[in-house]
Amino acid sequence: MNGFGYLRPGTLQEAAEAYAAHPGARYLAGGTNLVDLVKLGVEQPTVLIDVGRLPLDTIEELPDGSLRAGATVRNSDLAADPRVRDRWPALSQALLSGASAQLRNVATTGGNLLQRTRCPYFQDLDKPCNKREPGSGCGARDGVHRDHAVLGHSARCIATHPSDMAVALAALDAQVELYGPEGTRRLPVADFHRLPGEHPERDTWIRPGELITAVLLPAATAGVPSAYRKARDRASYAFALASVAVALRVADGIVDQVGIAFGGLAHRPWRARHTELALLGAPATPDAFEGAVALELAHAEPLRDNAYKVSLARNLALDVLNRLAPATATA
Amino acid sequence: MTSASHHSEVTLRVNGKPHTLRVDNRRVLLDLLREDLDLTGSKKGCDHGQCGACTVLADGRRVNSCLLLAVTLDGSEITTVEGLGGDGEEPHPLQRAFLDRDAFQCGYCTPGQLCSAVGLLAEAAAGHPSHVTDPAAPSGRPVPLDRTEIRERMSGNLCRCGAYPRIVGAIEDVIE
Repeated sequence: MNGFGYLRPGTLQEAAEAYAAHPGARYLAGGTNLVDLVKLGVEQPTVLIDVGRLPLDTIEELPDGSLRAGATVRNSDLAADPRVRDRWPALSQALLSGASAQLRNVATTGGNLLQRTRCPYFQDLDKPCNKREPGSGCGARDGVHRDHAVLGHSARCIATHPSDMAVALAALDAQVELYGPEGTRRLPVADFHRLPGEHPERDTWIRPGELITAVLLPAATAGVPSAYRKARDRASYAFALASVAVALRVADGIVDQVGIAFGGLAHRPWRARHTELALLGAPATPDAFEGAVALELAHAEPLRDNAYKVSLARNLALDVLNRLAPATATA
Repeated sequence: MTSASHHSEVTLRVNGKPHTLRVDNRRVLLDLLREDLDLTGSKKGCDHGQCGACTVLADGRRVNSCLLLAVTLDGSEITTVEGLGGDGEEPHPLQRAFLDRDAFQCGYCTPGQLCSAVGLLAEAAAGHPSHVTDPAAPSGRPVPLDRTEIRERMSGNLCRCGAYPRIVGAIEDVIE
């Protein structure tokens, strides 16, 4: 591990200025992923700019009924917030299904979105990886790829995004707020992460020097029944093999509002737009759910050893959809 | 703002005592405790936040000390296994329960298990839910801890000897 400088700016503007002034700098918040990557040599920062103490650690209700969670709110605090638990339960459930209590006490909202893939080839400097070292190849494609992507992967990269939180945020139509030299902007969380394509080294659409300042949960999904379910290799404390977040509102037996996103299947949280389009206005029945989920997963392109993920994701989605649909509709 | 040199001065209170040190910015809390302060109770298992052997309390919350850069903790209050019992001669009730239950074999993970369990009790009392808490349970109230809750909430602490049943039992003893 090479030495690095350490700066603790007092404001967002100072943070952005420090980033601009120090080539090779990285922002640091909870550090549960970044410090590990520095230890592994995957990240070699010249300077760490500590944004973990910026005043971004509050969760506040906005007049329009949305909820704004600051970027440095700890994952454990966001999961425990009564407003989140009561109105956007899939988010709380997703957070609690990720990592361990120790990590959730430190990991932040912003950092969770920006965490890197846990692909073992990405984390091992002795292996080729286009994400870590563009042009070096992908060791996983013909290697050990049981955990890897089945949707939206490219010849260059088959990594998955590891976050549970982001999957729930994508299904709940949350937005991410970004601060940069050119001002503040917002992006839907569902569109914040990229597919790997030709440039797997870029995980998201964030611009150099930009900082996540908050995540916004919209009023439109507040109180809509939602849930998160995750399948993993052990009962707790493991990344998703596949997961699903669903928000579903049914009126008179008809699907009135629906958001579905898969985790563990792609380079980003996979918003299941085909499923949603098929379900909107359709009867909330097991048959309708099954057909709609199949439409999405028909796009899957499994690799040699991960075809199991397609049926796993299907079963998870159907379970959660049927559970959220009012009993009268599924009878 | 501090300078961009590779070293920084940091002040921590560890088990109630203030310490001011000049640290390499690469220094993680675990190494500071073990190497600089000779507090070797906190253990280095995986060194990547995956095993929990290094768990300590930072400002009352359980954390993996192997993943926290010491420089980021300036002004923090750290409690390690050496400090769980406070100033007195008596061990913390959880330490007593681990002894009574024989809740370890080799003991390497035990300091982390103890600090983690102290954090667990505070989190449940503060109403923090877990993955196995009924989503319909009322928000903001203390969460009752049964064996399922304890097992889930302790999942960040691995025990390769497999002492889990007695670890859970020891924690149950303290709750009752």
